[in-house]
Amino acid sequence: MAKVNPRRTPMKEQLPQERRRNFDEVPYGYTPEEAISEAQRCLQCKKPSCVNGCPVQVDIPGFIAQIAQGAFWEAMKIMKRTNVLPAICGRVCPQEIQCEGACILGKKMEPVAIGNLERFIADWEAMQSECVMCEIQPATGKKVAVIGAGPAGLTVAGDLRKLGHDVTIFEALHKPGGVLMYGIPEFRLPKAVVEREVNFLLSMGVRLNLNYVVGKLKTVDDLLEEFDAVFIGTGAGLPLFMNIPGENSLGIYSANEYLTRSNLMKAYLFPRYDTPIVRGRHVAVIGGGNVAMDAARTALRLGTERSILIYRRSRDEMPARAAEIHHAEEEGVEFQLLTNPVRYIVKDDGWVQEVECIRMELGEPDASGRRRPVPIPGSEFRIPVDTVVVAIGNSPNPLIPQTTPGLETTRWGTIVIDPMTGRTTKKGVFAGGDIVTGAATVILAMGAGRVAAQSIEEYLRTGKWDEIKK
Amino acid sequence: MVKILNKQVLATGIKRFELDAPEIAWRAQPGQFVVLRVNEEGERIPLTVADTRPEEGVLVIVFQEVGKSTALLGTLEPGDAIMDLIGPLGKPTEIERFGTVVCVAGGVGTPEIYPVTRALRQAGNKVISIIGFRNKDLILMEEEMRRVSDELIVATDDGSNGNKGLVTDMLQQVIYRGEKIDRCFAVGPVIMMKMVSLLTKKYSIPTIVSLNPIMLDATGMCGVCRVEVGGETKFACVDGPEFDGHKVNFDLLMARLKTYVKEERQAMEIFLKSRNENCRCANRKEK
Ligand SMILES: Cc1cc2nc3c(=O)[nH]c(=O)nc-3n(C[C@H](O)[C@H](O)[C@H](O)COP(=O)(O)OP(=O)(O)OC[C@H]3O[C@@H](n4cnc5c(N)ncnc54)[C@H](O)[C@@H]3O)c2cc1C
Ligand SMILES: Cc1cc2nc3c(=O)[nH]c(=O)nc-3n(C[C@H](O)[C@H](O)[C@H](O)COP(=O)(O)OP(=O)(O)OC[C@H]3O[C@@H](n4cnc5c(N)ncnc54)[C@H](O)[C@@H]3O)c2cc1C
Ligand code: SF4
Ligand code: SF4
Ligand code: FES
Repeated sequence: MAKVNPRRTPMKEQLPQERRRNFDEVPYGYTPEEAISEAQRCLQCKKPSCVNGCPVQVDIPGFIAQIAQGAFWEAMKIMKRTNVLPAICGRVCPQEIQCEGACILGKKMEPVAIGNLERFIADWEAMQSECVMCEIQPATGKKVAVIGAGPAGLTVAGDLRKLGHDVTIFEALHKPGGVLMYGIPEFRLPKAVVEREVNFLLSMGVRLNLNYVVGKLKTVDDLLEEFDAVFIGTGAGLPLFMNIPGENSLGIYSANEYLTRSNLMKAYLFPRYDTPIVRGRHVAVIGGGNVAMDAARTALRLGTERSILIYRRSRDEMPARAAEIHHAEEEGVEFQLLTNPVRYIVKDDGWVQEVECIRMELGEPDASGRRRPVPIPGSEFRIPVDTVVVAIGNSPNPLIPQTTPGLETTRWGTIVIDPMTGRTTKKGVFAGGDIVTGAATVILAMGAGRVAAQSIEEYLRTGKWDEIKK
Repeated sequence: MVKILNKQVLATGIKRFELDAPEIAWRAQPGQFVVLRVNEEGERIPLTVADTRPEEGVLVIVFQEVGKSTALLGTLEPGDAIMDLIGPLGKPTEIERFGTVVCVAGGVGTPEIYPVTRALRQAGNKVISIIGFRNKDLILMEEEMRRVSDELIVATDDGSNGNKGLVTDMLQQVIYRGEKIDRCFAVGPVIMMKMVSLLTKKYSIPTIVSLNPIMLDATGMCGVCRVEVGGETKFACVDGPEFDGHKVNFDLLMARLKTYVKEERQAMEIFLKSRNENCRCANRKEK
């Protein structure tokens, strides 16, 4: 066996001191030469552990072998069999705990840069004049409604369209993509990439109804009269707040609001775009996940002097992707770890002025297995701020459950499904993604979409509906 | 794209559009609103459904030009199109036979309260309506309101229509004359809704107000529309926009509405400047 380079081929990036003030994408992507050399590091394992690490079971050695030979077209064909959104997954999957975390090379050296390669072939395809069209089966005459154009809904739509069904997506916002469009910033996932992937679906003949709030216009029951099956992929709902004093004062955002203004509404281009956003001098972001990293890095790009991330546990417990934590740090985000806000001090005119925090220490492990943070009495201190972004999570979107009799939810408001099939408690209705799991990942939402698409296909063919067992 | 079918100027800076929006017109109920975006660069602004004619597919909005987005909207003409229209949003007004109800509106709140007033009348209530304006040139929809009310009181701040006073003064008079009021509805500027609520609270008259916080998605995702009701945080776009006026923290709402004054002024200045430069609309007839 030829000697494997222990280090992965690095992907060139914008320098931290430059990129912290612009919204352009941070990594530039591989050149074909770099991609080939990285692909050649893969051992082409007979029993590839990487595939088990991927929630949608991409044929990783398969597509990488094609890249290694420069057969990019073939590589893309293999990819699209299991993953219709590779340009997105390659950029945002938490690879270190999924495919790359399971790669055998990782035991002794750096694992194969699977995400980078995935991104490479998807971007390569986009530069070609044709794209890898998926074959579309002859029309079946069956109609499927998909509610929500996030990763879960887009996957269901693509899979079922390929099988020849007539698919219509209903999306509440004025742009498709869900979190990919309104949540994840341009510098991490360019909106043109999302548009490209959506356009691919449209070119396959998927119909898309934007500005369509199901539950307010038609209900799920109305849709069931017109469509043979309905998939619900409505994702996250109202943001959670900490319910501490002063939280409704001016300058305090939820991450959803802050990021939606910046991404979906392009407030960073104000006044060319009409939607404003506060460009604070001292911004504090509360939380330690991807959402918090995105908010803290957006604040820098909006010109803040200090972007401070406040997280109640330590760095090891941070749920964000490793790459995002690293990038945030390089760009100068200040981390206040083992720290929790307790109240906001508000000026007479209603604007937030300071956040009062308390230091935490890690106690016994809690139900999630992570050590529980406990406050250290008397350790309160204040940080001057004029903008705060609360990024501690969302509740599931309540609109569909509220307007759909017979659709059961858990006490957290997520929709109850049979995980093997995506079937809900209502005949002909399937669900998946964050509306079922609570906040998770893009690839898990896609995986759920894939499962649901398969059982929708079966249901359309056989008409058989087994009640889910509880 | 949503086409503008008809345009009317109701008073200085207040315009009425009929939009071609059959599906929304069919579903919308009194008290609900829509969100619209004029063009690709536009913000999402919420406007109440002022009326519908479902059989014709017509949805009516009435808006006051207070900033860049509404001013831009006001430059559109019949035949032009609006990029995005989303709705109906929010919870419909609770319409019941309460007995005697008073509908109070200030300024552009009048077209907003009109469908509610009509529905209350149809439900068999005795409806007393009070509408107030700064002066007589700003009076809106007097005839329409008269048609759907048992009694209509029109007041002006400066008395130029012969009936001087604030809507709260008129409401006080109705209470003094011994009218037993079972429920009050108030739509208009925040300060007006606050004063009405303070007054009715003294007399224990249940009062519903329609709140107008800043909104973004208006589908219950972003949390910007949060208001405080009875000490709890509520989200106006999905829990409202109507709430119990006796429990609303109006001062917080007023403060939060000022979040973007600086940016709003900047946007308006740039807009007016570009409008003057393009000049073709500088001296167009607005009547
Ligand atoms: C800021 C941020 C950063 C993230 N970073 C990452 C990351 O790096 N890696 C990763 O894997 N995951 C990340 N995630 C999580 C990931 O984006 C989500 O898990 C994923 O998008 C869930 O997909 P979904 O299809 O279930 O829902 P969503 O993406 O939430 O899409 C739901 C769609 O349904 C629409 N909708 C809702 N209600 C209705 C209705 N009644 N009618 C019509 N349409 C409706 C919504 O408008 C929305 O477009 C991030 C999330 C956020 C917020
Ligand atoms: C549910 C709801 C229904 C509404 N219905 C109507 C309606 O039927 N007709 C109508 O004319 N207006 C209505 N409004 C208010 C309307 O949305 C705002 O006037 C509009 O968004 C202002 O945009 P702008 O860019 O023109 O002005 P901006 O430049 O954004 O604001 C200019 C001034 O208006 C104030 N303002 C900003 N946003 C709002 C707001 N949401 N409500 C009140 N004042 C605001 C600001 O404090 C500022 O002083 C409604 C608001 C809500 C939330
Ligand atoms: S989809 Fe995500 S987890 Fe699967 S191979 Fe691609 S990057 Fe890895
Ligand atoms: S485990 Fe690693 S080396 Fe083996 S096939 Fe997968 S990517 Fe290649
Ligand atoms: S406007 Fe975003 S949650 Fe109400």
